[in-house]
Amino acid sequence: MSTSLILLIVAMVGLAGYVIGARRSLAVGGGLSSKLHSRPGYYGSFVAVWAIVPAVFVLFIWLVASPTYISSSIRGAFPDEVKAQSEAEQGLAFGMITSIARGMNVLSLEEIDRVGSNPVDLRSALGAKGVPLAGDPQPYMVEAAGNLNTMTYASRLAMTAAVLAISGLGAAFAYRQIAPRFRARNRVEKVILVSLVVASSIAILTTVGIVLSMLTEATRFFTHVPAWEFFFGTVWDPRFAAAGSGGSEGQFGLIPLLLGTLYIGFVAMLFAVPIGLFSAIYMAEYASPKVRSVAKPLLEVLAGIPTIVYGFFALTTVGPFLRDLSSQLNGLVTGDYSNFIQAQSVLTAGFVMGIMLIPYVSSLSDDIITAVPRALRDGSLGLGATRSETIKRVILPAALPGIVGALLMTASRAVGETMIVVLAAGVAARIQLNPFEPMTTVTVKIVNQLTGDLEFTSPQTLVAFALGITLFAITLCLNIYALYIVRKYREQYE
Amino acid sequence: MNMMSEAAVEKALDQKMNDASYKMIGKDVSVYYGEKRALFDVNLNVRENTVTALIGPSGCGKSTFLRCLNRMNDTIENCRVTGRITLDTDDIYDQNIDVVELRARVGMVFQKPNPFPKSIYENISYGPRIHGLARNKTDMDQIVEASLQRAGLWTEVKDRLHESGTGLSGGQQQRLCIARAVAVSPEVILMDEPCSALDPIATAKVEELIHELRANYTIVIVTHSMQQAARVSQRTAMFHLGQLVEENDTDKMFTNPDDQRTQDYIMGRFG
Repeated sequence: MSTSLILLIVAMVGLAGYVIGARRSLAVGGGLSSKLHSRPGYYGSFVAVWAIVPAVFVLFIWLVASPTYISSSIRGAFPDEVKAQSEAEQGLAFGMITSIARGMNVLSLEEIDRVGSNPVDLRSALGAKGVPLAGDPQPYMVEAAGNLNTMTYASRLAMTAAVLAISGLGAAFAYRQIAPRFRARNRVEKVILVSLVVASSIAILTTVGIVLSMLTEATRFFTHVPAWEFFFGTVWDPRFAAAGSGGSEGQFGLIPLLLGTLYIGFVAMLFAVPIGLFSAIYMAEYASPKVRSVAKPLLEVLAGIPTIVYGFFALTTVGPFLRDLSSQLNGLVTGDYSNFIQAQSVLTAGFVMGIMLIPYVSSLSDDIITAVPRALRDGSLGLGATRSETIKRVILPAALPGIVGALLMTASRAVGETMIVVLAAGVAARIQLNPFEPMTTVTVKIVNQLTGDLEFTSPQTLVAFALGITLFAITLCLNIYALYIVRKYREQYE
Repeated sequence: MNMMSEAAVEKALDQKMNDASYKMIGKDVSVYYGEKRALFDVNLNVRENTVTALIGPSGCGKSTFLRCLNRMNDTIENCRVTGRITLDTDDIYDQNIDVVELRARVGMVFQKPNPFPKSIYENISYGPRIHGLARNKTDMDQIVEASLQRAGLWTEVKDRLHESGTGLSGGQQQRLCIARAVAVSPEVILMDEPCSALDPIATAKVEELIHELRANYTIVIVTHSMQQAARVSQRTAMFHLGQLVEENDTDKMFTNPDDQRTQDYIMGRFG
């Protein structure tokens, strides 16, 4: 029986258990749910939980354990000369066995008889059915494949029986527990609590896993390149490392990338913060509800545009526009029509990224400004303050910590942005301060190092992980600091 | 001030009250929230140097009327006021009246203490600063001290003027808000249930303060407490279902009201 069918049956048992359990509880309560400790639904859920959870648990354990067990017993039965071979070759042999086993399931009984023990015939027969084999199977392989099929079949049968039995037994056990004073609600709520905990720990564990994987790769990088050369190096020139070329020595200086990241992020914030804040103030304090209900969602649409779209907006529109503008300006002033703004430049990337960040700034700040209690507004207006005085002297100071938090979160987004920079600021890793020249960022270089034909042992590739962990540390610090500030601010009004 | 002169002052004030022209006159005031009408042609006059209490069951329109007096209703969407309200001789809903100026003349204290999240000093100096009432730091210090003293808070906070106003107790916060309102030297002070969030001791202090403020200001207070109305006010107005039921001397109101509904409400038969 297939796994999904088993799951379906277990679910049906659970559903039936729910209905029967709920009915049973009403029956023991004499038809009145007020006589029961918990509402009938909780008794039903209790039975359903017992029918489903242990059975599914066993099912998954079995699904994980049985292939491992079967494979080790098949490998244990390999002839001695095969066992003497290397681990890799044994693995190949086992792979062939599983292919044969899969093929034998496709063949009809007569065909198996006809092929008999002739391995060469078997290969062509299987090939005709669409199951290619890497080489001619040896006799012991055919035998092992037979064993494999038998064991798999037996295991599946046993699993089906066990899971269904456990499901039924669980339901029956729970059913018998039902009594008027039985605390079904508390038990069910505990199960819900556990599942909530599991869900949140999965998210946390994933983060931990990602960090650990980056850390291990990064430490491998640091065995090739000393940490201080990475963190304080001023030249980024990783050279090439195509697979098999052995790789030549490169220079992996973080500083140019970090400077580029911070510079472009800074320019982006320069555009995003004033515009975003002003629009938030307008939305929160001046806009009539009608305008607000239209304008706010429209502004938030900006946040839904994929960043790659901003990227080619920068590449095809903003970049050339700035370049032409600069050449016209230059021409008007000096008579020399050469452009001083490159099409790909810090300014272009910062400007377009700033536009991307406006909705974040305005939406977050808007929420924070509207969270300032109405009583403070009234208090200030009641003293004869104008609206703008109220905003400047009461509302913004009260909202300031929250706004700073919002800006830090926005900044961490700017630091992590990739696509806009690739298209708008180029890939040249340089240390310079002219905003009209191209620069590049950490994320762009990560993409660069990880595209193409790769060898995951060379520093050229591993540096991506070191860059990644650095970037992660930066954004993590920004976010933690932002959360800290926002939380502190929340306490003021509670 | 000894007992004799205090009584004399009271008497003088009462005399002044009876002679006084009306500080604010409300004529046919109606208020609509969208389609819903909250006040029906209210005619109520406020006398100078008098505490006027507005009483009535919840939702009767007394707070709405109060908020008309300094146009705080303007801050509510869909709110429309008709009729005529004058302060001295100025129609406060006239096109030419600056609402900011009006609110400097008619201050307001709210139900829940709402000090700004700033220092005590800055809470008081906020109003004078935006209205340019102080020429320099010394002036401002004087205004702050005088206001706090008027609100009976000076001795309690004089050593911590630069600590946050939100760190005070509820009663102190409310007196801070009164001091803040006093600091802009208004002519009229509106109070919307100023004691409803306070304990009895703090309430007693605020009531005493209201009594003293009467000498310099005209006060209109909304209250749910009959006793409070009887204790602090000289005139009482009773609202019911958006209409003014009766307006009279407080003494008469609580002993021998003209209207049966007033009697019923005061006796606790409805509301």
